Amino acid sequence: MADKSSSNAYWAANIRIILISLVIWFACSFGLGIILRPALKGIMIGGADLGFWFAQNGSIYVFIILIFTYAKMMGKVDAEHGVEE
Amino acid sequence: MDQFTLNLIVVGATFAIYIGIAIWARAGSTAEFYAAGQGVHPVLNGMATGADWMSAASFISMAGIIALAGAGGYQQSAFLMGWTGGYVLLALLLAPYLRKFGKFTVPEFIGDRFYSGGARLVAVICLIVISVTYVIGQMRGVGVTFSRFLEVSTDTGLYIGAAIVFAYAVLGGMKGITYTQVAQYIVLIIAYTIPAIFISLSLTGNFLPQLGLIGGYAPTGGDVTMLAKLDSLVTELGFTAYTADSSNMFNMFLFTMSLMIGTAGLPHVIIRFFTVPKVADARSSAGWALVFIALLYTVAPAVGAMARLNLTTTFWPGAVTGSALSAPAVSLADIESKPELSWINTWKATGLLNYEDKNGEGMIQYFNEPKAVAAANKALGEAKKALADAAADADKAALETAVTDATTARDAALAEAKLGDKTLAEMGLVGNELTKVDNDIMVLANPEIAALPGWVIALVAAGGLAAALSTAAGLLLAISSAVSHDLIKGSINPNISEKGELLAARVSMGVAIAVATWLGLNPPGFAAQVVALAFGLAAATIFPALMMGIFSKRINKEGAILGMIAGLVFTAVYIFMYLGWFFVPGTATYANTPDNYFFGISPLSIGAIGALVNFIVAYVVSMATKAPPQEVVDLVESIRVPKGAGKAQAH
Repeated sequence: MADKSSSNAYWAANIRIILISLVIWFACSFGLGIILRPALKGIMIGGADLGFWFAQNGSIYVFIILIFTYAKMMGKVDAEHGVEE
Repeated sequence: MDQFTLNLIVVGATFAIYIGIAIWARAGSTAEFYAAGQGVHPVLNGMATGADWMSAASFISMAGIIALAGAGGYQQSAFLMGWTGGYVLLALLLAPYLRKFGKFTVPEFIGDRFYSGGARLVAVICLIVISVTYVIGQMRGVGVTFSRFLEVSTDTGLYIGAAIVFAYAVLGGMKGITYTQVAQYIVLIIAYTIPAIFISLSLTGNFLPQLGLIGGYAPTGGDVTMLAKLDSLVTELGFTAYTADSSNMFNMFLFTMSLMIGTAGLPHVIIRFFTVPKVADARSSAGWALVFIALLYTVAPAVGAMARLNLTTTFWPGAVTGSALSAPAVSLADIESKPELSWINTWKATGLLNYEDKNGEGMIQYFNEPKAVAAANKALGEAKKALADAAADADKAALETAVTDATTARDAALAEAKLGDKTLAEMGLVGNELTKVDNDIMVLANPEIAALPGWVIALVAAGGLAAALSTAAGLLLAISSAVSHDLIKGSINPNISEKGELLAARVSMGVAIAVATWLGLNPPGFAAQVVALAFGLAAATIFPALMMGIFSKRINKEGAILGMIAGLVFTAVYIFMYLGWFFVPGTATYANTPDNYFFGISPLSIGAIGALVNFIVAYVVSMATKAPPQEVVDLVESIRVPKGAGKAQAH
């Protein structure tokens, strides 16, 4: 196990990345896909309104980008704190 | 070569591949049996997770669930976001830490983290209820797919499917399952996308179905978008617009959340991330899993919308270029004689689709009966049935009067109700004549509707089987490892040798397959409802317990156990209130209709609230009781950092 102080700074960095990611996760699906759909009806993505597109396709693309970005950022944080495998 | 022979060849070839992999990937140790020796490449694990996750329901039913929903296709987006968004939670909140923990089962983590055999036992019970529930549907899916494409009975199909799973799951455990799932993923994704690409090309001119969904409607030159065309046709025929807003946004929100949390809490998905070599691999592997899942999940809504459009224009030929009612409906003579319509009778024979020329004018009119007409038709049907069922010597005068009255009421309703600018009575209609369209037909009949060659149809059969078999195998492994590792090794006989445990794992797998087969042969009448329970329980019990175990050092065993029990009881009771106590028909406390729901929350959506109950109870109880011992705090510290994740200890 890494020493405690490094581990705590590491954990704080991890939590920060998780929280930012979860905000994006929530915003693209529950936000654009559900709650904000009626308000954003006028914006079209091709033949679908923005909310419909995010609910049926867009949010899934964002999820994928989100996971890979998270994995990459965490890889960097792991290395910075010397806790990588 | 006829279609049957072709189906046999393609399905037989895929089965030969699965068996070949089983022989190649035999498991020699418990580490291989439970976690494939933790040597699976993250991309391959992602692929295997995709097959593990995408069940018969995803492959065969989901497009139809979206396409044919009474409330419109948009509302069903909850499935699309819910069943993919869960992977974000899995990647961020669970998978890397559980991989670092480095053992074999979900209950094992809960037992160690909450230093309690009781907590482990509660987790085992939840795991078994969730997984057994799920596996019933998969075994049915195998049997049904067999019977549709290979002319055997559903039961025979089920036995064949069980024998195949037995071969690779008992022999290879997680190792065999992983590599067959990779092969099954490839089969199912090809089978799903080929018909979708052709349908997208013909309807929108777009090669990619994802672009077709937002593309123009090709038969009229692409000026009108496909979705706008679909909306105008279905509303003309009295249905809710396809892209209509959700009627209950709050419930849709909770339903999506429940599916996401439930997905992240499903044990058979979680254990897939125990098979990768490193913590960093667990993170990226979740991304790969979602890439492979998205290949199907972003196509499914396009297939749904386009199949619905195809269905509408098939029954209203005028709808291709104009409005639905601009030309007469499809005629019986055309259905019998035109080769491009032959699929209608093919699928009528399977019972997935049915039509009836109710007004006897030789055409099949497909539309949504207004509520009053539907009710009047139902009343008339019941009156006629009562008359037909009456004993020969009974007094029939009263029954005949009832039929006459019901007919008058129905005719009045027809004179009131409008389709387009005429009433149903003026149009000579008595009711919707496309009397049944099963959800599954939207995927199964696609190759024929798009007039694709026979080998594509055979591929869809193999794809449906691959989807069902891969999910069944993953679930069976979750069940058998909970039995052999958590129950036998964990509490009944902790001194069991490595060899003994491996044997126990194989026997548990055999028994689990036998039980699942029996349940598939004799499905409880409530199989469909129980899926709601599976997701609800995964969301309300396993997910919160795992998350708190990782992110809090203060949650103790009392909190975790009471939290899981509170989530379990709360969720189960809410579901039972609407779907019947323990699903016994007729025992529901309230009718399962939106008017009766508390705050409009349907029993399908309650898992998210159950999770919240679990979190709150666990927190309050933990704060009121003693903090966990130092070694547990050390365990939490250790799983939070990737360094030092080795092979799983044999302990």
